[in-house]
Amino acid sequence: MVNQQLNSANPRVDIEYRRKKSAEEMRYQIVSFSMMLFLTLIAFATVGLKGFDHWFAVPFILLLAVVQVIFQLFYFMHMNKKGHEAPSLFLFTGVLAAFLIVWTFSTIIWW
Amino acid sequence: MSTNTQRKGFGSTLWGFLTTVDHKKIAILYLIAGGFFFLVGGIEAMFIRIQLSEPNNHFVSAAEYNQIMTMHGTTMIFLAAMPLVFAFMNAVMPLQIGARDVAFPFLNALGFWLFLFGGLFLNCSWFLGGAPDAGWTNYASLAMNSKGHGVDFYVLGLQITGIGTLIGGINFLVTIINMRAPGMTYMRMPLFTWTTFVTSGMILFAFPPLTVGLVFMMFDRLFGAKFYEVAFGGNTVIWEHLFWVFGHPEVYILILPAFGIFSEVFAMFSRKRLFGYSSMVFATVLIGFLGFMVWAHHMFTTGLGPVANSIFAIATMAIGVPTGIKIFNWLFTMWGGSVKFTTPMHYAVAFIPSFVAGGVTGIMLASAAADYQYHDTYFVVAHFHYVIVGGVVFALLAGTHLYWPKMFGTMLNEVLGKITFWFFLIGFHLTFFVQHLLGLWGMPRRVFTYLPGQGLDTANFVSTIGAFLMATGVTIMLVNIVMTTVKNEKVSHDPWGDGRTLEWSISSPPPFYNFKQLPLVRGLDAYWLEKMEGKDGMIPAEPIGDIHMPNSSFIPFMISLGLFIAAFGAMYHAEHSNWAFPLMFIGLLITFGSMFLRSVKDDHGFHIHKEELMNDNKGVEV
Repeated sequence: MVNQQLNSANPRVDIEYRRKKSAEEMRYQIVSFSMMLFLTLIAFATVGLKGFDHWFAVPFILLLAVVQVIFQLFYFMHMNKKGHEAPSLFLFTGVLAAFLIVWTFSTIIWW
Repeated sequence: MSTNTQRKGFGSTLWGFLTTVDHKKIAILYLIAGGFFFLVGGIEAMFIRIQLSEPNNHFVSAAEYNQIMTMHGTTMIFLAAMPLVFAFMNAVMPLQIGARDVAFPFLNALGFWLFLFGGLFLNCSWFLGGAPDAGWTNYASLAMNSKGHGVDFYVLGLQITGIGTLIGGINFLVTIINMRAPGMTYMRMPLFTWTTFVTSGMILFAFPPLTVGLVFMMFDRLFGAKFYEVAFGGNTVIWEHLFWVFGHPEVYILILPAFGIFSEVFAMFSRKRLFGYSSMVFATVLIGFLGFMVWAHHMFTTGLGPVANSIFAIATMAIGVPTGIKIFNWLFTMWGGSVKFTTPMHYAVAFIPSFVAGGVTGIMLASAAADYQYHDTYFVVAHFHYVIVGGVVFALLAGTHLYWPKMFGTMLNEVLGKITFWFFLIGFHLTFFVQHLLGLWGMPRRVFTYLPGQGLDTANFVSTIGAFLMATGVTIMLVNIVMTTVKNEKVSHDPWGDGRTLEWSISSPPPFYNFKQLPLVRGLDAYWLEKMEGKDGMIPAEPIGDIHMPNSSFIPFMISLGLFIAAFGAMYHAEHSNWAFPLMFIGLLITFGSMFLRSVKDDHGFHIHKEELMNDNKGVEV
């Protein structure tokens, strides 16, 4: 696992390799964090700037939100790492069930 | 723990149960509480049948009938079937996967006490101005106009019970994912564990919609919100959707563990490996998945439109496919097996035709066009009693006989068990078969009486006779339980002689730490494999070592008690604000204070030391 401790007493732990891994990890975190800030700015701009009507702005912001959630889950909550199969299974099942329910509600109650 | 071997007085036994976090004791608590509510719901059912035994009867008034009918449904589903299913899950599932307890023993106790206090709260309504009277579905158009506090009891009581169920479901999920013994892969899990797993997943997704619906209704009725007030732009159909988004998965939450128990029974008493194990697992998962796509078939006549009706009709019929797979697998398990007709096997064999009858009427009801004819008639009542009694209750009775020795260390009497079975089976078909006909002849559901000379008299009378036969069966079972408990003849670890799974490899009842050494699982039906090689015990997967155990705690009881008190405060705040608000505050203070205490007090549990285990000859015998 990547989050294994660096100050392990085990002499066989390759400190250089771990450092490199951590640096790589940090880079991903920073990149995804700045992307998220950037996406938030775009979302605000879509509303703030003149010239975008609702039919474009609402789905577009929802799309940005989905991307944000993916960044959050995969980079910040480490779902891109091994050992997260069961949580992701349940998460995606839940997302699917919730989507179906909202979809049904919006088509047959509120349409 | 030397104290565990000492003889205990009544007080310390009671205190032991009030503070227990042991899954086996919690299972007994669920069994007692669920059994109690089963009897309460059963008495309500008898009142319904007595009232309907003849036309123009005045055994109860119309208002009382509505309350009895509502409470019969609510009690049987939420307070009897669910906890009884949870009793067997708690008693058996950790043993089947070779675990020493569930993942969160404290939460397990909390789940039980929340359920019990929610159930007690709901039943307090009988003594405090009338029970809920809007049907167990509590449709908002009716419930919003229900006078008195009945519906408030329903809303608050189910909210508390629902938290308990959700906690229990999450706990079982984590247990099955993380605590399987070495070698126990997913595809080696016994089918009851598999159904527990899928059921818990369904609880995780099904209970939140109910919670949302109940919160809306609580705010509407108690705090002046307008979610379901049409005059203010609310929508009562939202409640129907939210309720059935929960309610339909709920019936699969009940039936899947029943399938699990029967799968164990068929394999055990046919002395054969379960036919088509992997297709059984697949069918279980598929039923769980499809269970979320069909809720609107309860609402075909609400006016959803032909497209929605067709989609939900087809999705509903699709569930017949995995269920059919299961039925054939059970039949093929018996085929060529050396079948032993024990009491559980009686229930299992009777379950197949009874449940298939319920399934067939289910397909009839699923045809949206035909449903306009069946809707709100006794045909529907007959259908769901055929699947719930013929499926779930048969399984609970079978499970009671099957697992009684594992839970209490003594066998229920087989002769009395079979007498119970015959009374119950005949009574069940007598009660509910004629209700199909009553429905087709035009008798509507939920009516408190009917007029003479409409051709409904005889069938209703027959139905009432059947109900008395079922009640006789249950009474004989109670006698059986009392007799067995008084005699208390201890039995060995594998009293049926045909145990296949890990729970039968350890003593009955198991020691409080379950397994002295975690067992090594070498395949499906792990214990059967070892027996076939001439060993009477599992190969240990670890040396004997210290076992870490959780401490007992009274905090779960207090957290639940606080919510129970707070619910009374919330309910009476409008007309008695002088004492109701303080009461609500005190209740919430007890709940959150107990939670705070739990958070700040470090409780690391205790260890059973190796030396004590060495002298203890229970658990895994090598």
